[in-house]
Amino acid sequence: MQATATTQNMNALAGQRLSQRKFGDRAFRWFTLLMALSVFVLIVLIGVKLASGSQLALNKFGWHFLTGTKWDPVHENFGALPQIYGTLVSSLIAIVIAVPLSIATAVFLTELAPLWMRQPLTIFIELLAAVPSVILGLWGMYVLVPWLHDHFYPSLKGTFGYLAIFSGPISGNCMLSAGVILAIMIVPIITSVSREILRSVPGLQREAAYALGATRWEVTRLAVLSYAKRGLFGAVILGLGRALGETMAVLMVIGNTPQIKASILAPGTTLAGWSALQFTEADGALYLSSLFELGLVLLGVTVLVNALAQLMLKTFAGPGVKPQH
Amino acid sequence: MNKLFNKIGTLAVLATVAVGCGPQEKASAQLLINGAGATFPNPIYQKWRSEYSKVDPGVQINYNSIGSGGGKQQIIAGTVDFGASDGPMSDEDLAKAHGKILHIPTVAGADVFTYNLPGDPKLKIDGPTIADIFFGNITKWNDPRIAGQNPGVNLPDMDIVVVHRADGSGTTYIWVDFLSSVSKDWEAKVGRGTAVSWPAGQGAKGNEGVTGMVKQTPGAVGYVELIYAKQNKLPFADIKNAAGEYIAPDIDSVTKALAAAKIPDDFRFSMVNAAGSGAYPIAGTTWLLVYETQKDPVKGRKLVEFLNWALTKGEGMASALDYAPLPDSLQQRVLERIKTIKY
Repeated sequence: MQATATTQNMNALAGQRLSQRKFGDRAFRWFTLLMALSVFVLIVLIGVKLASGSQLALNKFGWHFLTGTKWDPVHENFGALPQIYGTLVSSLIAIVIAVPLSIATAVFLTELAPLWMRQPLTIFIELLAAVPSVILGLWGMYVLVPWLHDHFYPSLKGTFGYLAIFSGPISGNCMLSAGVILAIMIVPIITSVSREILRSVPGLQREAAYALGATRWEVTRLAVLSYAKRGLFGAVILGLGRALGETMAVLMVIGNTPQIKASILAPGTTLAGWSALQFTEADGALYLSSLFELGLVLLGVTVLVNALAQLMLKTFAGPGVKPQH
Repeated sequence: MNKLFNKIGTLAVLATVAVGCGPQEKASAQLLINGAGATFPNPIYQKWRSEYSKVDPGVQINYNSIGSGGGKQQIIAGTVDFGASDGPMSDEDLAKAHGKILHIPTVAGADVFTYNLPGDPKLKIDGPTIADIFFGNITKWNDPRIAGQNPGVNLPDMDIVVVHRADGSGTTYIWVDFLSSVSKDWEAKVGRGTAVSWPAGQGAKGNEGVTGMVKQTPGAVGYVELIYAKQNKLPFADIKNAAGEYIAPDIDSVTKALAAAKIPDDFRFSMVNAAGSGAYPIAGTTWLLVYETQKDPVKGRKLVEFLNWALTKGEGMASALDYAPLPDSLQQRVLERIKTIKY
């Protein structure tokens, strides 16, 4: 009798537990869904606010805003082409510099470095990611740019001066300086994501290649890099995303001039940097509205570049390890 | 489950404590007067703020130096008790406000022409030459138009690199206001504003950005506030004024410019190129913006008390911070205007 009662009690308890757990699971699921949706809602809200804020400029300039090259608050004539150009070019320079550097570093860290060296080096790279951008900007302004201007750019121009991108007078604060600072900023993120991806390449892959008599270089190239190329591409896109939106460090070294010059040794400006510079004193409704539209364009450029990257990923890269981040 | 509720309870208690300890509690005992705007007079407004808290401990003045554009917008929207700006408000902006806004000039400052040349020679220069340098028409330091004004100075055959502000600024307003007053071409093509479309050169952020770029670039030329140039020991030129004299910028020559300026009844005036002997030509004043009719009688009275104090006792603190105080005649006119504020 007593035993039966106990069993019943236990059953009831178990049932209660089960329903509690079901409730817990469901609550957990709804909670995480809500959190995930909030990101989506936030982006939509930002987009809506930017669009409503830029209504005045949209009505006034229409598509000409994207092709206009003047930014004249006095005569209220605004165009964003130099800013769009500067954003794309400075980010492209950054990618060209940062990608070989980061992937080589990641390969060294996962494939070649002696074990005792891996952890300290990784920590240093992650420390670089933690340097605030304004500090990097100050360093760029007072140390890097003067050095580049006095030593590197003259020899660059001396050797490759016949190319249009190195033509014209040398300005220390220029597109190339911005690209170099951006490269320094995105190297840590590309490196650490690439390192995780290379680490997740199965050991069997390498062993198989070694078994076929491949050298270390061949193993890395054929078994590791080609297996991980999809993921590495993703790491580069993450870096590119950061480069497109970076503000403070760029505006301290780019020369802040809204112009389109073939030479990357000439000053330029970016969407993010130009908005940050002009917001404080922007009186006049159309002026402010045009700054909002700059933000909208930046959002658009970022979305477009990411979509293009996804498309390239689908078209060119085969199967492989995806980025974990 | 109980644990969860416990946690929520603890959080709620913590939140209550945090709110209770916040600045709100302090504010409820004091009357808070909020202002926002220009960055150029920020040092002296902060000084006034802290000194005034000793004069009237019942009032706490907050000043947020977000820039003149923000100051104008916030006073129009009525989100602050007073605004501040380095450029006067346009008629269009004044019409947007819900009431009449008064311009209260407080102190004046000057822009200097600073440069980076080997040996730091002392230069003399006139307005039209500066306009042509900033247009990009004069590109070499040994150009006859510069050399002609500086006999005895060995000017190098060096490219001029123009550096200007890339962010909007009251400093820029004074600079282009001066260039517009000496060059018809500048007035037509570039014009006046806190940010303009520059025909030449490259941009930097803030006085410190311009200074940094000028210091690092041999042959560079730029403009910064007098206070900033003095604190950082930058070389600067004597500028030819409307009376034909080359004048060095200092508090005395800026006050002379203020005294010589024609000042209309609404105090929206420009003092660049003022016609007076000894007046430095690239100078400007900065304004507080207040509504003539105050909505809150208690706050209105306290604000007027503060303005009266600032325009009398406060003016005495100006020169120690390298601002030029208002000359007596103008000070009296401004004090009369403050009397018209209704609350």
